[in-house]
Amino acid sequence: MSDWLELDAVAWRARATQGGAALCAGVDASLAAIASLDGQVQAFAVNLADSARERARALAQRLDAGEIPGPLFGVPIALKANMCLEGVETHCGSKLLKGYAPPYSATFVQRVIDAGAIPVGMTHMDEFAMGSSSENSAYETPRNPWDLSRTPGGSSGGSAAAVASCMVPLALGSDTGGSVRQPASFCGLFGLKPSYGRVSRYGLVAFGSSLDAVSPLARSVRDIEQLLFVISGADPRDATCCDLPALEPGSGDPPEATSLRIGVPAEYFGAGIEQGVRETALAALAELKKLGAELVPVDLPHTSYAIPTYYVVATAEASSNLARFDGVAFGQRASGDGSLQGMFAATREAGFGEEVKRRVLLGTYVLSAGYHDKWYGRAQRVRTLLRQDFERAFEKVDLIAGPTSPTTAFRLGERNSDPLAMYQADACTVPTSLAGLPAMSLPVGFTAAADGTQLPVGLQLIAPALEEARILRLAALLERATGAGSQRPPLAAGEFS
Amino acid sequence: MPETPLDILRRTAQLARLELTDEELARLAPQFQAILEHFEVLSSLDLGGVEATLAATELEDVKRADDPAAGIERSALLRGAPDPRDGYLAVPKTIGAAPRTNAGGGS
Repeated sequence: MSDWLELDAVAWRARATQGGAALCAGVDASLAAIASLDGQVQAFAVNLADSARERARALAQRLDAGEIPGPLFGVPIALKANMCLEGVETHCGSKLLKGYAPPYSATFVQRVIDAGAIPVGMTHMDEFAMGSSSENSAYETPRNPWDLSRTPGGSSGGSAAAVASCMVPLALGSDTGGSVRQPASFCGLFGLKPSYGRVSRYGLVAFGSSLDAVSPLARSVRDIEQLLFVISGADPRDATCCDLPALEPGSGDPPEATSLRIGVPAEYFGAGIEQGVRETALAALAELKKLGAELVPVDLPHTSYAIPTYYVVATAEASSNLARFDGVAFGQRASGDGSLQGMFAATREAGFGEEVKRRVLLGTYVLSAGYHDKWYGRAQRVRTLLRQDFERAFEKVDLIAGPTSPTTAFRLGERNSDPLAMYQADACTVPTSLAGLPAMSLPVGFTAAADGTQLPVGLQLIAPALEEARILRLAALLERATGAGSQRPPLAAGEFS
Repeated sequence: MPETPLDILRRTAQLARLELTDEELARLAPQFQAILEHFEVLSSLDLGGVEATLAATELEDVKRADDPAAGIERSALLRGAPDPRDGYLAVPKTIGAAPRTNAGGGS
């Protein structure tokens, strides 16, 4: 259908900035791909075709009038449905927020728009970002473009599916315990969770406030770098967003790998990691070694405590953050028995799905009188041990590498009935979330599922806090040496010619 | 008598302002129990001398300058609410209303 769709965002911008007509043609190509593919992929919850065309025309005029184009000028982007874009429905996958349109835009959304990006839609997700398969939603479930019977991962599954199917070159997701890295791994994409504090959270509907990270998804390392550059930096509206200069694109040019020491934790390759995933990740490490990096065994001895720690901390924070959804200020209301308390309870009962209720209950319980010290208090201290594991490892190595997810994309419905099995999907990603470290999933190959379907495998690179550039450099090196991430699903390839 | 898992869940639901149906309580109680049993592993660690991590990083908060600036218009904020009335958020009557019987209240 269009040769635009194969382009990454950097190439897309280069072509779009040749002139206003080209810019509009690019946006039309993205919108046509959505019209053609999204019936199958179900990535988008809200289609912004009209406003995207309007924005494209306005940008085209500015371009033709001689304006110097911003770093994402004319590039279509997908936003997760928990991100505030003024006047656009932000339902967070929840019935409770059906129809809710925020009166302001998130700082990071405003920054991508100011850089010239064009939002083409809001994407499906697990309700309030709680899930690992995007199935916990009051709306449609997005599909994995490599195999439509499988999950694209979650909770940013719609954003990942949109980029993997080439409907857009770029998307934003949010990553609280792996919600961008795991979908990147399942869909064969690059997905970077920045350090806690690198990107403002203002305008991201809060889930776990000490964990939430706005995170880019793309098909090339340079796109991740460009988008991170645009969204990062201090924000007067978020005091936890650090006052450090944003990363300059280009600071991640591949160096010699010979100077790099890469830590390989045995804990990330043990039981529970599928054989095909382990072998593909090990092959990628061998590739890094061939490029000259030194592989060093490291210990992260508290890794097995990360899932319980994460689910105590994250649910506690969620139970507090979601207290605001009570039928007073946002979204839908159910009247219940007609009293105020009855209205609160009936609204939440009718508005929240089962996984959200489960997590709000867990979080309320671990914070409740008599149980706080046993659960929340302990989890916060184990969180310290998990951070110290990384601190000790980074005394010896520059980066740590391991699989992003224990498995490849699983079938839709496969884990729905067992919340604990679903929580295990986050085993490799929650430790870094708890430690606030930057981590990226990069596509390093494929492995066959039991039915023979070839599915993508992601390698996770972890760096010390605020050292995203280290990750980007090594990822670029691997991308250049191996063509990592260059394959597209057949479904998307059909749209190219 | 110690609380049963169902009692705990019912009490927690009240604290969380969730009005669970009997069917939901029956389904969630064993799951809740299984999850907590799985998380019990946290109790096995010796945490003597270990400080709590309250925030993900040791970065200091960055405060904005104390300059007055216009916020979001009240009317715009109210548009997202279920029952905006005359510039306020309307809720069911609380003063003079019949008290609820299940003690779901609080301050």
